[in-house]
Amino acid sequence: MFYREAGQFKTTYQADQAVFPILQDRIGLALILIAAFVGMPLLASDFFLSVVMIPLLILALASIGLNILTGYTGLLSLGTGGFMGVGAFACYKLTTIFPGVNIIVWVLASGFFSTALGILFGLPSLRIKGFYLTVATLAAQFFLDWSFIRVQWLTNYNTSGAIEVPTRTLFSFPITGPNASPQVRYLVILAVVTLLTWFASNLVHGRIGRMWMAVRDMDLAAELIGIPLYRTKLLAFAISSYYCGVAGALLVFFWYGGAEPGVFNIDQSFTILFMVIIGGLGSLTGSFFGAALIYGLPIMLKGAFHALGWNILPSTVEHITFMTVGALIIIVLIVEPLGLARLWQIIKQKLRVWPFPY
Amino acid sequence: MDLAYKILIDPFIQMGSAPDLLVQTLWEGLVAGVLYSLIALGFVLIFKASGVFNFAQGIMVVFAGLTLVGLHELGVPAFVALGLTIVVMFGLAFLVERLMLRPLVNQPDIILFMATFGLTYFLIGFGELVFGGNPKKMIASELYLPSGAYDINFAGGFVSLQKIDIAAAVIVSLMVIALAFFFQKTRIGRALRAVADSHKAALSVGISLEQIWVVVWFAAGIVALVTGIMWGARSEVSFSLQIIALKALPVLILGGFTSIPGAIVGGLIIGIGEKLGEFYWGPLLGSGIESWLAYVIALIFLLFRPQGLFGEKIIERI
Repeated sequence: MFYREAGQFKTTYQADQAVFPILQDRIGLALILIAAFVGMPLLASDFFLSVVMIPLLILALASIGLNILTGYTGLLSLGTGGFMGVGAFACYKLTTIFPGVNIIVWVLASGFFSTALGILFGLPSLRIKGFYLTVATLAAQFFLDWSFIRVQWLTNYNTSGAIEVPTRTLFSFPITGPNASPQVRYLVILAVVTLLTWFASNLVHGRIGRMWMAVRDMDLAAELIGIPLYRTKLLAFAISSYYCGVAGALLVFFWYGGAEPGVFNIDQSFTILFMVIIGGLGSLTGSFFGAALIYGLPIMLKGAFHALGWNILPSTVEHITFMTVGALIIIVLIVEPLGLARLWQIIKQKLRVWPFPY
Repeated sequence: MDLAYKILIDPFIQMGSAPDLLVQTLWEGLVAGVLYSLIALGFVLIFKASGVFNFAQGIMVVFAGLTLVGLHELGVPAFVALGLTIVVMFGLAFLVERLMLRPLVNQPDIILFMATFGLTYFLIGFGELVFGGNPKKMIASELYLPSGAYDINFAGGFVSLQKIDIAAAVIVSLMVIALAFFFQKTRIGRALRAVADSHKAALSVGISLEQIWVVVWFAAGIVALVTGIMWGARSEVSFSLQIIALKALPVLILGGFTSIPGAIVGGLIIGIGEKLGEFYWGPLLGSGIESWLAYVIALIFLLFRPQGLFGEKIIERI
């Protein structure tokens, strides 16, 4: 009843092309942002922030990265974990070599190292297509995962092979390391994620995004209408890897507080891929939904069993989670191949005409 | 210069100076290759007939192996358990067709591919729930599979050939011949090839797509069972085995997705290349390069032949 664009006239071309053409959407987004930036740190408990919100934002960022490559450009990648690892280790090396520079600068800069590797492993993408390309990204995943273990220079020759995040400060607040409070870490992550999401939104709604989508829908046809195929695909690889790299750096520095080499293995790649599929291929909002569902599901299941008073072994819960996630993927694909994002759109459409659907 | 010597010349000197080691490495590569081919075969069967890239083949191997061992642990005689496992695999094929493939008909390939991811996760959870996560010992001796090794004197040293490996090679050859016969000579085999060529044309001449899919998934299930037995007899049946599904990817890439001989040749190339690389070049980089060497080999081949060695030429139309 309230969610309706009646009376909102568009008088300029810009207004017609806006990302959020409806006033209520803009108000809603503003409310969400206010709640996220002000409400959450003030009201939410430390536990909620560090166990739910921080992981969720980081995983959503990685999903956005993969979504740019898989959802928008149609290039299936199984190398997400590897590219996240590149970001994390690059950030670690940079901050140990140049401890004076602010860590946030290094987090954002570390993405460029992922970009470089992303372009390198994206090079075969012109000749190789479809499932064949997946193998190129798998080569990246296994090679990178192997180097995190074997190249000890990356971990500063730490004997355990793991890295430990040093304490870094911003305005004399500790923002990484064991002393950083969840609120501060949350705000830093939120700022980075918001900034990058805004940037991605502008990218995918603009000329570049349209080029990507044209390539996804049919690359041969895209080439015929004058889209430089190779550059477009490589650009998708570059930007996607940048997002994954930043997400990886955030994951180690602001969530885990340290990393063993196994963190960025193939399972990480699959988890992110599931988030993208469930959330919706080719949707930024969907990336957040997917991350929330896939990451939240085990927590919710655990909570549900606990609330029901069932005494179930943690391993059994894990197995049931696996089954549920698997079944959920199949069900989502059958019911709505475009994912949760599409369901969200349908709900909004229904709301617009409610209560008189005819 | 020193590095170039180590990469280009030194390994070959090593090969020449110890031919028995070289033969042993080649043999191990060959055996690993045969097992890779087996998994790849399961993929190719399903891909040919339904265009689905079945990621769940790896977990089907584990699932089949665990069902067999699990049934035997319950006291079922080995060969009865084998029969029951075949029935279970048929049930799986039937359910997959009914619950997953049929509602997803006409969706793009990538959607079907991802659905098999879902199937993989479901089967991992289900399998661990039913059989527990612990590795199990394959009932090799109960199924009259040989164990032990032949030691052959060769060029001053000796080469050791595991009997189970020889058995694996023989069984794989028999199975490939049987599959070739099935595809070429039987009524269902012809229908399968028709479906592989074009779903629509096959439907129009009265071939039941549903039936064909069940048959194909069942055949892939049988291949998975044989793989599970063979791989399990070499080490043991555990969930870490399902990662071999990823190893089969470069094999498929090399051979091409649609070619059964391709799967065999690709498997052998990857298996031998991997073992030789690990043994002779691995120490240069620090060991463990086995984990990614296969992908790089496949990638290099792909740059020259984007459709794989034996794949059909990719023709794109607008």
